[in-house]
Amino acid sequence: MLEGILMGLNTAISPGNLLMVIGGCLIGTFIGMLPGLGPMSIIAIMIPVAISIGDPSAALILLAGVYYGAIFGGSTSSILINAPGVASTVATSFDGYPLARQGKAGKALTVAAIASFCGGTIGAVLLMIFAPSLASVALLFHSAEYFALMVVGLSAIAAFAGSGNVGKALLMTLLGLILSTVGEGALFNAPRFTMGILDLQSGIGFITLAMAMFALPEAMYLVLDPRRSDNDGGGEIKDLRITRAEARSIAPVIGRQSIQGFLIGVLPGAGATIASFLGYAVERNIAPKAEQEEFGKGSLKGLAAPESANNAAATGSFVPLLTLGIPGSGTTAILLGALIALNVTPGPRLLVDEPQIFWSVIISMYIGNVVLLVLNLPLIPYIAKVLAVPRTFLIPFILFFTLMGAYIGQNNATELLMLVGFGICATILRFANYPLAPLLIGFILGQMLEDNFSRSMQLEGGIGFILERPMTMGLLAFAVLLVVLPAWRSRRQRAGEMPEGD
Amino acid sequence: MALDRWIALTVLLVALVYGYAAFFTMDASLPPFMQRNPVWPSTFPKVLSVLTILVALSILLGLEKSEYNPGEGDVDYRRLGDYKVGQAVFFLALMVLYALTLRSAGFLVSTVVFLVAGSFLLGERRWHLMIPVSLLAAGGIWYLVQEVLGIFLRPLPFFMGV
Repeated sequence: MLEGILMGLNTAISPGNLLMVIGGCLIGTFIGMLPGLGPMSIIAIMIPVAISIGDPSAALILLAGVYYGAIFGGSTSSILINAPGVASTVATSFDGYPLARQGKAGKALTVAAIASFCGGTIGAVLLMIFAPSLASVALLFHSAEYFALMVVGLSAIAAFAGSGNVGKALLMTLLGLILSTVGEGALFNAPRFTMGILDLQSGIGFITLAMAMFALPEAMYLVLDPRRSDNDGGGEIKDLRITRAEARSIAPVIGRQSIQGFLIGVLPGAGATIASFLGYAVERNIAPKAEQEEFGKGSLKGLAAPESANNAAATGSFVPLLTLGIPGSGTTAILLGALIALNVTPGPRLLVDEPQIFWSVIISMYIGNVVLLVLNLPLIPYIAKVLAVPRTFLIPFILFFTLMGAYIGQNNATELLMLVGFGICATILRFANYPLAPLLIGFILGQMLEDNFSRSMQLEGGIGFILERPMTMGLLAFAVLLVVLPAWRSRRQRAGEMPEGD
Repeated sequence: MALDRWIALTVLLVALVYGYAAFFTMDASLPPFMQRNPVWPSTFPKVLSVLTILVALSILLGLEKSEYNPGEGDVDYRRLGDYKVGQAVFFLALMVLYALTLRSAGFLVSTVVFLVAGSFLLGERRWHLMIPVSLLAAGGIWYLVQEVLGIFLRPLPFFMGV
């Protein structure tokens, strides 16, 4: 492991890559602060930039930096103007915004930054310990197990979608898989489902789809509901210091929530969001009676808990991506797409074939966290000025960046029409509470899922591979259980509530 | 019928068409040597279409309990009239227009028109701000994309050189 750390340091400390981390963090914070642009949209916009860099380590370092920056920027806007850009920072606004209203915005931002820093760093240490051992186990897997594992991942994402949404999440995953079969596959050199349209020959562009699923609906929401981008510019930020007593009171919270957040983040599904809400709830429950009253009115513990949990979870979500090549969240799905575009296949082989990528990403996580704390925090009062940009300028620019992101990735104007079309569909899906991340994850995993499925079919000469490999069968059974169990439980609950004779 | 069921119905129809294509139109053109393979190009789509039909039906029939309660800050589609739907539709039209004119009118012209029209639509009337900002943004992004990233973007209309 030490060898790997040194290799990672060697790559990550090079001036160019350091610049990538710093630049990525700053860009991420800057854009992440804007209402309506979450980490997913920002990373999707940055992908063409990352791809044109060419070097996969540098590109991934840039994107990881953007990711942290965006999470931090999202927390900042939750605290300052009560406008969380992403679901995972909603819990931050519970206590962060009251603090800002009391004139303690600077203190709240410092606590958030320290909590994020610790969460991210502890997460990175755990990632470093867990990932290599998980990857060495995953090396034993054959394509049949891989296929089964991906099915488990996809159904877990649906299962963690929350009660009443499992079917919807499942449907979106399947829709994503269906979309991924459009175009020419790697295994069969014949186009499928292109309906004779030449532009579909190479399949649907994943950046286009990512933009259409996240950035465009969010921008449409901003247009539809002017209150979403209402703000008074955030007010004055001063006094970034916290006292020693305050630091001592939040330290155990940060420690607990970092570990808990990381473990939740490793699970596929809505990692960071669940981690931050659960972290908030747990800390409120175990706090002394007097401090419980404080929660929701500006408790520092209530701010530190979700912040450290969501950062640790964000780091945790890299575990399945780097070791199995299976993204557990929308953001890591986009990162996976970027990696594939850079000709790197994440998975257990990554650690063997291209260890410098693996380790430099982990090292860049440390550096990114340090950069956020040392460089971004003092700059926040200035960066926060962007919140004062009026929405009449902000929204056209957000849409323009969305269009550019899709265009320069493919250099094809038809892509823009597809973006608008998919974007309208995604907005309608969002109206009805259909989760959109599973669609994108399904779309990105579709190709690999089919390849592994076909390979195992060909090796065993038929569908028998499921029966002949106990591990595959076990995993598939587990996947079915994951999906069926929540639905069955909610039905039983409903049956219990119904009066007799109904 | 609530919107989520309408969507399930739409997806169901899509899956039926997709399934029809997978089951009945793809295998005929398969070369004989590939027919000996255990897995055909249509195998995976067939599985997908069946699963999608099942899941869509389960939502359509309400097998899983689900309640619609938009969270704070979410758009409630049942009161869509309260929102700026007109502006949203205009923006979508503007994006389509942008896509159609990007090649022929060139990047600079179409971008400036897009940004100015977008701001105007949202109620901005300070022309002395709108025009310089969009000119600057269009020029800056063009420079970044063309010169730094090295991706070709035709800057000027088609009749004015490349």
